Amino acid sequence: MPAGFFLSIAALVLFPASASRTAFVLCGLAVEALGLGVAIRGHMQARGESRP
Amino acid sequence: MTPTAPAMTDAAFALALALLLVAPLAIAGVALINTGLGRSRSAAQALLGNLAIVAVAAIVFALVGATLAGSLPGASGGAGHIYQAAGKPWNWIGYSPFLLGGLAAAPAHSQLALLFEFLAVALAALIPWGSGADRFRLTSGCAAAAVLAAIVFPLLAHWVWAGGWLSQLGVNFSLGAGFLDPGGAATVHVLGGLSALAVIWIAGPRKGKFPKEGLATALPGHNAVYILFGCIVSLVGWLAWNLAGALIWLHAPLAALPVTAVNTLLSASAALAATFAVTRIRFGKPDASLCANAWLAGLVASSACAALVTPGQSLAVGFIAGIVTPLLVEVLELAVSIDDPSGAITVHAAGGLLGLFAAGLFASQPGQLLAQLIGIATLLGLVLPLVYLLFWLLNRVLAFRVDPDGERIGMDLHELGGGAYPEFVIHRDESYR
Repeated sequence: MPAGFFLSIAALVLFPASASRTAFVLCGLAVEALGLGVAIRGHMQARGESRP
Repeated sequence: MTPTAPAMTDAAFALALALLLVAPLAIAGVALINTGLGRSRSAAQALLGNLAIVAVAAIVFALVGATLAGSLPGASGGAGHIYQAAGKPWNWIGYSPFLLGGLAAAPAHSQLALLFEFLAVALAALIPWGSGADRFRLTSGCAAAAVLAAIVFPLLAHWVWAGGWLSQLGVNFSLGAGFLDPGGAATVHVLGGLSALAVIWIAGPRKGKFPKEGLATALPGHNAVYILFGCIVSLVGWLAWNLAGALIWLHAPLAALPVTAVNTLLSASAALAATFAVTRIRFGKPDASLCANAWLAGLVASSACAALVTPGQSLAVGFIAGIVTPLLVEVLELAVSIDDPSGAITVHAAGGLLGLFAAGLFASQPGQLLAQLIGIATLLGLVLPLVYLLFWLLNRVLAFRVDPDGERIGMDLHELGGGAYPEFVIHRDESYR
């Protein structure tokens, strides 16, 4: 998730053109979504092992 | 949302102050909803927790948070440290005089901004408490509120409201007017909703919620009257909150306020109508608890965009919030096994993100949508991991979850020694057999 955030910030600095900047910010958000998915899955698995 | 705010007229100051005196009704409404959605054997602990968390958040924010938020300009102009990168200033932390020094002599706008932040930090800290219902210990809840009020909220409030780097995206990168959040959708609701997710992950689900085999067990709230009355109280608080936010952070003219109020009401109403229809179609009857969640989600979405969109757009935002709310509640519980009694992740986090996105989508300035997306990326990519890390560390020192015996007898008896309804017969909980 932090990697997605830094990708978005890097897009701000590196791409002055609106289209490429927007594309990279969206990529950053997609990376964050992937990270969130992994975190959710990790917690589901950890909880599944400790179910009563 | 600029570091140099224009002077307020006396009328605007008086109105904003009056609105901020009514705004705590939003906190009261959320507290009632949190309590009603928990179980009867934890009701007193839940409501006392709400009160204690507001108190702790206010004290810690006065002691530490307000200094880092930088809302009182002082000698430094509110900026604590500005990092230079790629030729641009990144104002990432604020600095105000310690212990609210110079508050009485500060400009009227700064005083109102600080009062707004006090209410905002109280509400933000309250949101995760509802999600930890029936297992979150009172002392741990207060400690979590202290962490939010001391570190996370001040950083976010500075970035968004006090001239920080998110609010300066317009000046530095030509992205509209910078990240806009006049009603606290990001600083209060998304922060609170993501904190709720962290609490749920760390504390785990209530005992019996997810049996080893079969579907999740339904553990309905104990008092639908609290929940629905909390929604009505919240509307009054939210109207005041959004109008005060428009005056303080957007410097809106007085003539623009009625539209903001109408948009707030329309957003909540459309969300309620949509969820009413969705639950009626899916379950044959409307679901009171989900309708209440949708009403609140509509209000939360309006926090971001009520002062920035038209009534038609506000209706659309509320309608989408109302469609998404019951579906997301179901997905989180059944597909992702997240036990969120108050629905804070759906209502506050998802509702807030929807409102922030809509504020950019419907904006007339070029680049505003990208500014809002950067703000959303910050919330998900930086704030959530930071909150989780801080709560995880706190949990090592002060366990979030009550011991199994406490959960069995109920939080009221375990933590307070007496129940909220002493004359009621407590039913045996079948999930403990």
